Amino acid sequence: MKTKRLALSAISASLFAGVLSVSSLQAAEVPAGVKLAKKQEIVRVNGSEPSSLDPQKIEGVPGAYVTRDLFEGLVSDSPGGGTVPGVAESWSADKTKTVYTFKLRKDAKWSNGDPITAHDFVYSFQRAVDPKLASNYSWYMELAEIKNASEIIKGKKKPFELAVRAVDDHTFEVTINKAIPYFVRMMAHYTTFPVHKATIEKYGDKWTLPSHIVSNGAYKLKDWAVNERIVLERNNHYWNDKETVINKVTYLPIVDRNTELNRYRAGDVDMGYERIALEHFRRLKKEIPDEVKVTGRASIYYYAFNNKRKPFDDVRVRKALSLAIDRDVVASKILGQGQIPTFNFTPNNLDGFVPPENPYSKMTQQQRDTEAVKLLKEAGFGKDKPLAFTLLYNTDDNHKKIAIAISSMWKKKLGAKVNLENQEWKTYLDNKRLGNYDVARAGWNGDYNEASTMLDLLTSNNSLNGSQYRNKEYDELLAKAKTAENPAEYYTKAEAIIARDMPVAPIYQDVTTRLIKPYVGGYKGNPLDNTYTKNYYIIAH
Amino acid sequence: MLKLIIRRFGVAIPTLLVLITVSFILMHAAPGSPFSSERTLPAEVLANIEAKYHLNEPLWKQYFIYLGNLIQGDLGPSFKYKDFTVNELLAQGFPVSAKLGLVSFIVAVVFGVAFGVVAALRQNTWIDYTSMTIAMTGVVIPSFVLAPLLILIFAISYKVLPAGGWNDGGFKYLILPVIAMSTHYISAIARIMRGSMIEVLHSNFIRTAKAKGLPARQIIFKHALRPALLPVVSYLGPAFVGIITGSVVIETIFGLGGIGQLFVNGALNRDYSMVMGLTIVVGVLTIMFNAIVDILYAVIDPKIRYS
Repeated sequence: MKTKRLALSAISASLFAGVLSVSSLQAAEVPAGVKLAKKQEIVRVNGSEPSSLDPQKIEGVPGAYVTRDLFEGLVSDSPGGGTVPGVAESWSADKTKTVYTFKLRKDAKWSNGDPITAHDFVYSFQRAVDPKLASNYSWYMELAEIKNASEIIKGKKKPFELAVRAVDDHTFEVTINKAIPYFVRMMAHYTTFPVHKATIEKYGDKWTLPSHIVSNGAYKLKDWAVNERIVLERNNHYWNDKETVINKVTYLPIVDRNTELNRYRAGDVDMGYERIALEHFRRLKKEIPDEVKVTGRASIYYYAFNNKRKPFDDVRVRKALSLAIDRDVVASKILGQGQIPTFNFTPNNLDGFVPPENPYSKMTQQQRDTEAVKLLKEAGFGKDKPLAFTLLYNTDDNHKKIAIAISSMWKKKLGAKVNLENQEWKTYLDNKRLGNYDVARAGWNGDYNEASTMLDLLTSNNSLNGSQYRNKEYDELLAKAKTAENPAEYYTKAEAIIARDMPVAPIYQDVTTRLIKPYVGGYKGNPLDNTYTKNYYIIAH
Repeated sequence: MLKLIIRRFGVAIPTLLVLITVSFILMHAAPGSPFSSERTLPAEVLANIEAKYHLNEPLWKQYFIYLGNLIQGDLGPSFKYKDFTVNELLAQGFPVSAKLGLVSFIVAVVFGVAFGVVAALRQNTWIDYTSMTIAMTGVVIPSFVLAPLLILIFAISYKVLPAGGWNDGGFKYLILPVIAMSTHYISAIARIMRGSMIEVLHSNFIRTAKAKGLPARQIIFKHALRPALLPVVSYLGPAFVGIITGSVVIETIFGLGGIGQLFVNGALNRDYSMVMGLTIVVGVLTIMFNAIVDILYAVIDPKIRYS
């Protein structure tokens, strides 16, 4: 534990004053003796068609994968987790830790050969909060506490008033409202990637087309056929191009997991998407264990109780239902891909998070069931007055399997009458947002590698707080954590509150499961699944 | 004939207008918005986005804005695929669906008619029973079962054909999708063709032709085929629209970038303009091909009079 704390302090110190200029962390590392294939090309499955390739317009995972190859921000996520320099080769914070200065590489260039300057970052940051652009991710700049971001988004200030400036061509300065220890980490997100002003001004919304786009990542866009493929080729102007090995990347927007598996088995695909179909997973693990990669993910699967609706405003009812869920059955029997059963809301693989001792995780399931029955009885429910409610989930086979299993646990152990309601995605989202539910399936993937990306969800004013949970004490802890030197202790306390109040029932910590051909080298999963093709290479086969 | 053509296409405009209006109302009545996501957007961000797409205007105003743009040939921006307009997405996707559909259609008609005629001519023989059994199987096996089977055999086991992808419609990329797409139609056309051919072959004028001593080939191709084709022709209109507008299943399984996928994704994502644009395209095609079928009817059978 002590060692871990020291390591965390070191990481957090290095994030305040980044001097991690380790170029090997930003490129393919080919081990000695490995013979590379002549043809360095890779075909990756991308889940679905990206909504955009414009960093400030993207929403969703597919766009993020492609954009991380096309663009590079101030920093990047390290393959194994953590943060490494990107366009910024170093950074520092002032005494108050509210003014960050990023020193940009002098050799960083756009794909058309133009140098990348601090002015490009000023333009891109301002663009991200500009109401005229109406970026779906403009809130991210608010979350990063960049000064004036909120006011600009609300239309109370102009984009040029965002507290970012180019001190000189190679020095970019950002002022934030309060010292948040994970600010630098947040700069690995695509919303903060630089875009080429002249190109956007020339082509408007059409600037991302292959014939127009100018980008600054390891790859540039060669071809884009919607719903068919996106092809990238090596960007020779990239500052670290000499360390890139793969010359061509093709992304296929395959939605159906069975189709993906067919294409993989037929040899059309080298690297799968982030999820292997459940029904095939065990067989594949047996047949081709070396090609099935499982990585812990900064992602939580949980059931949200509508804390505003009776009887779920009673903590005993919430707790009874949560305790009666046999998480081991869900994680190992229904899913069985390495998901971790959990009572915590924060996945244990996030940087700086020390998982607290949860009182319920130590109990046996039988003890938990006994406690659940007792609590429900205390709340006034029993055989003569069964608890009846609706469990809402969105259309998906896995959600359905889990919902059926859990509702039968509730029925068997607590005598509850559970009505399962399955709704199409957008309808489900609407009902969840409006609070038209009793208990609803929910899940969250972290946006950045820090516990607050999860815990913030349950704060009173968070738009994501669908459970309607309101707790001043909890809010204060999270507010303190934002400016604390060592926020871990606050996160641990916040988790203790969640365990006490059980506004939601965390069920399992998710994993990334991916098919990768044995000849693809350099793959290393990370909690956010932030993958960069420039880290890979194709071994002779 | 000219009158018929003018009349058939004259009703197209009001029909389309009704289609557009109903689709517009239904689309907007569906719960959820194009911009609802797992992360509920802050109110001010959502307001900015909605203003950009005129979604903050009253519905009637949105409708007239849409119609005004439509008259100028502008189907609007896609709400989901932000880098493209609906026109651009259709321009990319339609040729894929059209090529796949056209090839599948031709294959379906040629083989369907051929199998149907052969089965009718060899009625109650093993040829008839075999081809009708195959046809029945083709009708009842859904394409989402057939397509993966084809992939399993030809792409995974024998590795002779690609498992998917379009690659500008190269021949070998077309084979499996075309088989998967046309099998159902081949079967359906074969069964319709067989039935109507048997009926025609038993009619009086064929008996007369036989009595006159005409060769069988002449009887079949000159006298029997044309009237026997009538039920097939009436089936071809909707079948052609169904094929040409892309089979969602086939496009999904083979990963082809046609308009079938756009349609499904458009509906699921509440991409209003995309769904409207595709509805209009499908509507136009349906009206057009039904009119063409009516005209073909008159060409094939002069006895048919339209009043």
